[in-house]
Amino acid sequence: MTGQASQNTLNSQDAINIQGNHACALGAVAAGCRFYAGYPITPSSEVAERLASALPEVGGVFIQMEDEIASIAATLGASMGGVKAMTATSGPGFSLKQENLGYGMGAQIPCVVVNVMRGGPSTGMPTRPSQGDLMQARWGTHGDHPVIALTPGSVEEIYTQTARAFALSEQLRIPVLVLFDESLGHLVETICLPDVTEYENTVRKWASGKPEDYQPYRPDADGVAPMARPGDGYRVHTTGLTVSESGFPTQKSIEVDRAMKRLFNKMEINKDLIESFEDVECEDADVVIVALGIVGRAARKAVRELRAEGLKVGLFRPITLWPFPTETFRKLTKKTKNFVVAEMNSGQMILEIGAAKQGKQTVSGLNRYDGDPISPSQIINAVKEVLDHE
Amino acid sequence: MNKHVIPQAEEPLKQNNHQDNHLENIRDFEIQDYLRLDLFPHFMCPGCGHGIALRALLWAIHIQGIDKNKLAIVSGIGCSGRVGTYIDANTYHTTHGRPLAFATGLKMARPDLHVVVITGDGDCLAIGGNHLIHAARRNLDITCIMLNNEIYGMTGGQVSPTTPHDRFTTTTPAGNIEPVFDASRLAEAAGAGFVGREVTIHVPRLRDLISEGLDYKGFSFIEVMSDCTEINGRKNDLGSSSEMVLGQTRNMRPNEYDNNVVDHPFRPNSLNTGVFVKSDRPEYGASYRDMVDGIQKKQKGH
Repeated sequence: MTGQASQNTLNSQDAINIQGNHACALGAVAAGCRFYAGYPITPSSEVAERLASALPEVGGVFIQMEDEIASIAATLGASMGGVKAMTATSGPGFSLKQENLGYGMGAQIPCVVVNVMRGGPSTGMPTRPSQGDLMQARWGTHGDHPVIALTPGSVEEIYTQTARAFALSEQLRIPVLVLFDESLGHLVETICLPDVTEYENTVRKWASGKPEDYQPYRPDADGVAPMARPGDGYRVHTTGLTVSESGFPTQKSIEVDRAMKRLFNKMEINKDLIESFEDVECEDADVVIVALGIVGRAARKAVRELRAEGLKVGLFRPITLWPFPTETFRKLTKKTKNFVVAEMNSGQMILEIGAAKQGKQTVSGLNRYDGDPISPSQIINAVKEVLDHE
Repeated sequence: MNKHVIPQAEEPLKQNNHQDNHLENIRDFEIQDYLRLDLFPHFMCPGCGHGIALRALLWAIHIQGIDKNKLAIVSGIGCSGRVGTYIDANTYHTTHGRPLAFATGLKMARPDLHVVVITGDGDCLAIGGNHLIHAARRNLDITCIMLNNEIYGMTGGQVSPTTPHDRFTTTTPAGNIEPVFDASRLAEAAGAGFVGREVTIHVPRLRDLISEGLDYKGFSFIEVMSDCTEINGRKNDLGSSSEMVLGQTRNMRPNEYDNNVVDHPFRPNSLNTGVFVKSDRPEYGASYRDMVDGIQKKQKGH
């Protein structure tokens, strides 16, 4: 490298102090993101600020749009042009983005949407952490739709999972959400940036062959249809309306049914690719704590301490929250008697665990929504309480 | 990191030099060459002005010699949103009010494409009003054709920001009491580099206006007065479609934009046409790429 080493494209070997939001920005650049459109919002603004300096350095586009809706629209527009694209926001902005998020899901346009979760509802607590948007991530946009949401639990994981979000998004032609809370977004940790070349090299399948034979929504065996890049001669139509394989609108029930199945089949076929989680000593555990993001860290400490006391406790931490890895969860927790679902909301992930539990397994929630993270001691107490009731 | 690059900021491809072949291009235009004929019959009502506007747009695209493969048509929701579907190009039918925002991302990511937005008075001035003023402010090289039929047609005829005073619509059963937007003045005030208005009765003039807008490097806003005969005209007893189109000439004051003092900033009934603004404001995409070049040179220079 002839020029000055940029702070934005670092070598994997460099140990650096870095904030979660900045790690998110650099993970995106490392994964090949070359377009970002955003709107300022606490506590995610540092993602935009870092990209405002990082993207021009690599010849990419950073644009601050007039609002949150324009930000995701421009992001999708750039992706339709063939560029890996991202936007980031927080609660209120995430609400505003929902309609166009659904456009991306329906028209199968890759992009990455980061939501740094803050207290809600409404304006809530802009500078305080929360996990209040888990269900909004699943069902925020109208209509039936598939979704992928990743929930990293450390600064390093924010870097890798943001990069992975691009790979999944490109490979499966779907917007991918990355959710983490304010405390992770603003947490500074010393990390070596992991190698994400694999994610960088993952790009969507582009249409090839004769334009007259090309059907924009005819899926390959992997459930994903190659996408046409404007300028390549295919001249296709993209719309939010329900379409047949040709890409043009349809209301014929048989074609609509196929259109919906196309959206869901790619998720089913690629389940293993999408699924990711951390399992800490679940196999023999009487009690399994289910926690994600920053709460997963507190839970890991709780498991260590409870194990030291001779109690059989484990942790299941989904990294891919949506689709929830239900089958794997069930396999891993076959012998579990109780689940403690610790989350920084009034009870959202617990609904999924309630649906996944088997036989006589019990589920109890540890909920905190006062703007402070859940502590290890709170989790320890909750687990002991459950064991006392047995 | 060089694997992922924004395509070269080359001038959008044109098949020939329009200045040399201007007259020839006017004559040898065949609309079929630019349409997806297998989608016909089209959705438009008898007498709708949108079809005339579509013809003028395609003709202008032909005159400009724009390669269909490098042409991106971005539209929103409503009758205007459906028009683009019939164009044999890269067509994007996006969400209500947002085509300018989608187009901004597309044009920034792909400066090699010709990006044309087709929008309507509801799409562009009501739900998408914020995007219009900021697209005009940035002056990114997008041609925005706003088909102004003064009504929400697709949803059955509700009042829009350009519905004239006293007009009956399904949501103004006692007549419209809201003042109207003058879209062209709005675009001008927000900084659009090129602003013009034309009526569908003058197809050659509409064609040439759009052609000039397509050729302009920056944000060109073109307001097309397009009659909604079925939904707006019928309810207000405005006459047959031909009578409505002929009525467009009444009270017109071509090229005399600033004399319309009586109804500033609003335009209750009369209208004027022509090119209102053509400035040499910097084009946003070029400014952005200059900035990137500067940053990259500075990095290498150290």
